[in-house]
Amino acid sequence: MNRTNNRFSRLSLAAGLFAASLGMAQAAPGDKVKVGLMLPYTGTYASLGNAITNGFKQYVAENGGKLGGREVEYYTVDDESDPAKATENANKLIKRDKVDLLVGTVHSGVALAMAKVARENKTLLIVPNAGADEITGPLCAPNVFRSSFSAWQPSFAMGEVMAKKGLKKVVTVTWKYSFGLQSVEGFKEAFEKGGGKVAKDMTLPFPNVEFQPFLTEIASIKPDAVFVFFAGAGAAKFVKDYAAAGLNKSIPLYGPGFLTDGNLDAMGDAGKGLQTTLHYADSLDNKKDAAFRLGYVKAYKQQPDVYAVQGYDAAQLYQAGLSAAGGDPAKQEAVIKGMEVARIDSPRGPFTLSKAHNPVQDIYLREVVGGQNKVVSTAVKGLADPARGCKL
Amino acid sequence: MDFASFLIQTLNSLQYGLLLFLVASGLTLVFGIMGIINLAHGSFYMIGAYLAFVLASATGSLFMAILLGIPLALIFGALLEWALFSHLYKRDHLEQVLLTYGLILVFEELRSLLVGDEVHGVDIPAMFSGSIALTEVLNYPVYRLVISAVCIVLAVALYFVIQRTRLGMMIRAGNHDRTMVEALGININMIYRVVFALGVALAALAGMLASPISSVFPNMGSHVLIISFVIVVIGGIGSVWGALAAALIVGFADTFGKVLLPELSGMVVYLVMAGVLLWRPEGIFKKG
Repeated sequence: MNRTNNRFSRLSLAAGLFAASLGMAQAAPGDKVKVGLMLPYTGTYASLGNAITNGFKQYVAENGGKLGGREVEYYTVDDESDPAKATENANKLIKRDKVDLLVGTVHSGVALAMAKVARENKTLLIVPNAGADEITGPLCAPNVFRSSFSAWQPSFAMGEVMAKKGLKKVVTVTWKYSFGLQSVEGFKEAFEKGGGKVAKDMTLPFPNVEFQPFLTEIASIKPDAVFVFFAGAGAAKFVKDYAAAGLNKSIPLYGPGFLTDGNLDAMGDAGKGLQTTLHYADSLDNKKDAAFRLGYVKAYKQQPDVYAVQGYDAAQLYQAGLSAAGGDPAKQEAVIKGMEVARIDSPRGPFTLSKAHNPVQDIYLREVVGGQNKVVSTAVKGLADPARGCKL
Repeated sequence: MDFASFLIQTLNSLQYGLLLFLVASGLTLVFGIMGIINLAHGSFYMIGAYLAFVLASATGSLFMAILLGIPLALIFGALLEWALFSHLYKRDHLEQVLLTYGLILVFEELRSLLVGDEVHGVDIPAMFSGSIALTEVLNYPVYRLVISAVCIVLAVALYFVIQRTRLGMMIRAGNHDRTMVEALGININMIYRVVFALGVALAALAGMLASPISSVFPNMGSHVLIISFVIVVIGGIGSVWGALAAALIVGFADTFGKVLLPELSGMVVYLVMAGVLLWRPEGIFKKG
């Protein structure tokens, strides 16, 4: 817990500001490259933060402990998934530790605050998970990158899939917060273009998990299918409640892959046969993924997940940029150029970045079979976020 | 909304309200009788759910888990009262809040160290795993009805203990005037220990019962803590009947709020609370 450190960090922040006003120190060649990891290491998202860290470090280890030919020095801050502390935490890494690269985070609210701090300080930021559309939309910036996805991407793909299945009348359910609402918007865009109609949008406040009233509503509307965005424990509960109400027998349930990732054990039989869309799956047929999985299991004694992949790719992305700048993190324009043109050989399949710095990637349709998210097909190839509102 | 949906939503409201009552009853007992603001009450709910998960995995049955879990929760509550809470009775509320908030952090960290941060599921006991067909597409899980039945039985049992037994009489007396009860030669400290242990066990039992339908996950206690305080405040601090009435009001407000006023669904419960407090500033059932 960082609570006790607050006063200390405020002091050090003031000291940092003072130091910064004296002029930023330039990195001398041969110096270590400083990477600041600002991720959740406690609370609900702790396992995600650890997976991202593991993935990042795995790539660095494969690369001989170096990025762009330099040793890597890590600075870590637990962001506690608390947006109220986000600015202060990001400032700790930027102003006190003077990191060359900031990596974070899982929670979108925290990531938005980090993006703001990064823009103001011109610090390079790679977002390894948070999907808020704004990060590579209206709030995009030359020094802000994302190695994961935008909320829009997997949901848009699911809209296409469901329209192609010939489903006409759909009900949506989600938590009423930006990621959920953006997911539903992305879904609707593709689904309605494909000729479907959304009969009703249902929302409940985050993180409320009393779904019974909605299940009763769904049963009385009798749609062709239900599209949901939930993640974590809420997702497991929704899927179980849905099955317990017998609705899964007559009205199929679809959603972006966050519904099932990391939850299959908790869902048990209720999760069987669920189809979801995501930029990663458990049985991808590519050599990079096989090697990545083997290495990960060896190093950490557990199976990797999509979050580990995103951490791994954040490191790959920075490696591409740093190499292009001859290993000098101070040449930020060259680093950015290098990252912009990079073709990342990711375990999820190769991807490039859009103008707004979001991955242009394949989205897979997966199905829960034997406790795994198995690939059914590629739902959309090379899907780029529309980056609405981005002026890059 | 057609009539069938209305009836089913009513059932949903009752079932949700009764489960909330189970958590809130322990909070209102401890708050009302001992005068302790216990922010860690949600943690006892969380501990109950994790106990159910761990014990059910070990014994293979949720029944066994609950049978073992209740005495464990009672002992845990009594120990906690002896070690920490007994020092708080004469302190002011701020210190109570500090200690109990600290306990939330300690319990969450311990949970993380002992069981990890993953989401876990608990199986519904086989004999209750069926469901009843309500409409052609909608079933109602039997287990939810069982929870409601258990909650009703417990409410009646609580009533009996508090109103009809010697222990209940001492609890009520202690509620009114601690010094006078002590003067009459009754060991008030023992009464407090019993009440506190009972409060912990009620919250833990709620967590155990709810674990199959809610899953078991980090910070699950904080979700129920806030709504429990709302119930205690609406019902009148210390009143078990108030808690029952308030829990049902909250159950109805939440369920029908979600369906009828989806735009306001997050606020309905709090609007109801504000309304009740304007009407009766000390809650529906005033203490005493």
